[in-house]
Amino acid sequence: MMSASSLAAVPCALAQTPAEAPTRVQAPTPIESQAPATKTSTDPGLAALLAQFPDASYADKRTLIVQLTALRDPRVRVVLQALLDGNLYVRSSDGRVLIATPQAADQRLESGAERGAEQGANDDDQLRLLDPVTAAAAGTAVPDDLSTIGVNNQLRKELRVALAQFDLASSDAAVRLAAVKEMLRALDADGQAVLRERVKRETNAEVKREIQVGLALADLDAPDAATRLGAVGALSGSLNPDVYNRLSAMVQQSSDGAYGESDPEVRAAATADLHSIERSRTFYAGIQTILYGLSQGSVLVLAAIGLAITFGVMGVINMAHGELMMLGAYTTYVVQLMMPQHIGASIVVAIPIAFLVSGLAGIAIERGIVRHLYGRPLETLLATFGVSLILQQAVRDIFSANNRPVETPEWLAGSLQINEVLAITYNRLYIIVFTFVLFLVLLAVLKRTRLGLEVRAVSQNRAMAKAMGVRTEWVDALTFGLGSGIAGVAGVALSQLTNVGPNLGQSYIVDSFMVVVFGGVGNLWGTEVGGNALGVVNKLLEPYSGAVLAKIFVLVFLILFIQRRPRGLFPQKGRAADG
Amino acid sequence: MVKSSAQHGSRLMAALRADRGGRLFLGTLVIVSAIVPLLNLLPSPASALHLSNYTVTLIGKYMTYAILAIAVDLIWGYCGILSLGHGAFFALGGYAMGMYLMRQIGTRGVYGNPILPDFMVFLNWKELPWFWEGFNAFPYAVLMIVLVPGVLALVFGFLAFRSRVSGVYLSIITQALTYALMLAFFRNDMGFGGNNGFTDFKDILGFSLQSSATRIALFLATALALGGCYVLCRFIIASRAGRVIQAIRDAENRARFIGYRVESYKLWLFVLSAVLSGIAGALYVPQVGIINPSEFSPTNSIEIVIWVAIGGRGTLYGAVVGAILVNYAKTYFTDALPSMWLYALGALFVIVTLFLPRGVVGAIRART
Repeated sequence: MMSASSLAAVPCALAQTPAEAPTRVQAPTPIESQAPATKTSTDPGLAALLAQFPDASYADKRTLIVQLTALRDPRVRVVLQALLDGNLYVRSSDGRVLIATPQAADQRLESGAERGAEQGANDDDQLRLLDPVTAAAAGTAVPDDLSTIGVNNQLRKELRVALAQFDLASSDAAVRLAAVKEMLRALDADGQAVLRERVKRETNAEVKREIQVGLALADLDAPDAATRLGAVGALSGSLNPDVYNRLSAMVQQSSDGAYGESDPEVRAAATADLHSIERSRTFYAGIQTILYGLSQGSVLVLAAIGLAITFGVMGVINMAHGELMMLGAYTTYVVQLMMPQHIGASIVVAIPIAFLVSGLAGIAIERGIVRHLYGRPLETLLATFGVSLILQQAVRDIFSANNRPVETPEWLAGSLQINEVLAITYNRLYIIVFTFVLFLVLLAVLKRTRLGLEVRAVSQNRAMAKAMGVRTEWVDALTFGLGSGIAGVAGVALSQLTNVGPNLGQSYIVDSFMVVVFGGVGNLWGTEVGGNALGVVNKLLEPYSGAVLAKIFVLVFLILFIQRRPRGLFPQKGRAADG
Repeated sequence: MVKSSAQHGSRLMAALRADRGGRLFLGTLVIVSAIVPLLNLLPSPASALHLSNYTVTLIGKYMTYAILAIAVDLIWGYCGILSLGHGAFFALGGYAMGMYLMRQIGTRGVYGNPILPDFMVFLNWKELPWFWEGFNAFPYAVLMIVLVPGVLALVFGFLAFRSRVSGVYLSIITQALTYALMLAFFRNDMGFGGNNGFTDFKDILGFSLQSSATRIALFLATALALGGCYVLCRFIIASRAGRVIQAIRDAENRARFIGYRVESYKLWLFVLSAVLSGIAGALYVPQVGIINPSEFSPTNSIEIVIWVAIGGRGTLYGAVVGAILVNYAKTYFTDALPSMWLYALGALFVIVTLFLPRGVVGAIRART
């Protein structure tokens, strides 16, 4: 039954539609080839169909859904979605069909925080109403005034397919892809027909591929062998796990000797497909291992690259190097405390600040301690170890001994799905890129700038450089500051990967020294290549031995390697190496 | 044979006559090992002169550290080998002793298994791993206390010295060695109790570890080991080989060109030092009552080097002074001002390396 007031409301709502459009809460998906003229002409149909819902039986509703879908109106999608979610209601007072949603979650959170819990609880009961025809807000109501338009499981299934078909017409490829996946979950003859229609017009390669795979999977059940053979051919190279499982089932021999697939030719084709799938799976698993290894290696490089300057170029053993990284990580924490509204930007802001903080700390260490101990590497080691203890305790006293929470910005979270079997998290990806950029910057500084030239001159022959007018003391301090500043930048990156606590530095110190020595002292390329190689080797070993044992193996390998080649992978050539 | 040992004896006496600090140290050691047991056993616990069991154990612990410090000074002070992994040999000796003590617990463990130590029952192991066989016999355990650190040092040193890894590089790979061992011992399936290590020991050679008499005996054994270790090292340093070792420290290539087999000297000194460290570890465990993988941590090994540096390297008795001084300060600070300890230790490192290159002993010697 339709009430008079609801009918009367339709024309005036109609007139409002264009003006209201921008303020819609839930933007309906635009439909391809949808002329505005048709839209207006179907409006009465939508309203009329909706009005039949309150008194419809489940069978009637089913017909209604089909009719609604046939309208091809974007607003229908909203209605169907609401019906599926149980958000489509009839208002008891006037019998209008409305979409009701609880107050938006974020709004509720804010109001709860600002106005206190008591009022927040009241707000929970209020439902926001939306007129599905005009898409305009229709005030609020309490649940008692509304009655749900019920659906059963059969209808839910219909609704999902109907929604998917709707989305299949979307101009957004991602929506189409999701729709195809939804339809493939329960594909019947009608769905197949729709997809076969769609695949002819589909322009996006990914969506097309998904439909083809889905249809081919359906064709595997076809009675005639030729269709099945064609389907198997179409599935070749797909990494979809369903495909793999279906194909394996086909070539499997059951206990009574019968194969899942009766036709030997189809079976042979399926076997060939399986082999190629296994090959590409192995291939992608290999790529994944290498990427993981590179990201782990990048962490090592990050920890070691500052050391490659102080230890590698200057020959100073700085045991406080790890603590300089720790300072960088704590700088990130402090920066985030100062700008809690801009976590995304905080990391970027923290990088130069951490460079300055750790760089200045490094210069202080150099001026205060290290410069008195040049030529006595073992004493330097001990004195800087003392500094590292003091820094650790200072951090403990200032920030407490517990780990500090450093937030991960949104752009670092999540992962990049390359295909069905290969995914890499963004923080791993960024760490690889970040490390490489840092490495290139350092390389450029050392090879292309005046400071770099002087640093290399001093490290090769201090006395001669001094005689040529290089201010060696000044160069020492700046070099040490540069290496330390890089450690601080590394600390910013590490704050995103590990716990930020007083022991952060200590856990990297052995590793980073090993990387520098492995790569060859005084050689930045060696550090980059060596660190990444160690990371990859570690990840390659991990599946066989477990993480801890893999690390032990790598350490033992390094110990043996240094025996073989005491000067590392890429030894420094020339007289400087004789020292 | 008799003659040569008499010769050795007289050479040792000569060495000790020239070693004023050493005589002072040995004299003090004798006095301490006479007085401490007396003060612990004779006066009533209420008396002001009474030394508690805790203090006796504490002094015993310091003395094991002193042995360790002497072992490090032997290679660092006299041969220039800076090992940042000597804690590993100490811990291995300790673990060997710990395995004996674990086997002694027998049915008195929580699970009452006569063969398997508690942690193995907990991990649902059915049989004793092969490397635990024999540790129920004390002589075998003693053999292992010497052999395990010794063989590890032999293999590691052979590889390192043969390929002429020296200086800073050697320091870093010794550090990697102890780090790798730490990671390994933290694993439960290594069969060494994982991160809990061994504890809850009951008795040694049938004597309860809780009784005063056993504690005094352990204390005296440690004092004896310390004295013996000192005399042995002094003897080696004073011998002809000792001269060669110091020559290697001062000019390795020159010593090699003269015709000495530098690698062999370094290797045997390194092995001896590792064995002494192992013995120190073995004496440490029954007195302290626990051994766990944190003993392998690289920081511990660096701390040992610090004791030697603070005491004064290249003197042997300086190492003893450093070990006792730093550890006494550690005990005091961690009790009285816990947060100050790391500041104090850190500052100590910096000050000693900058201003006391010859350590406390060197500073005193310069004054007198």
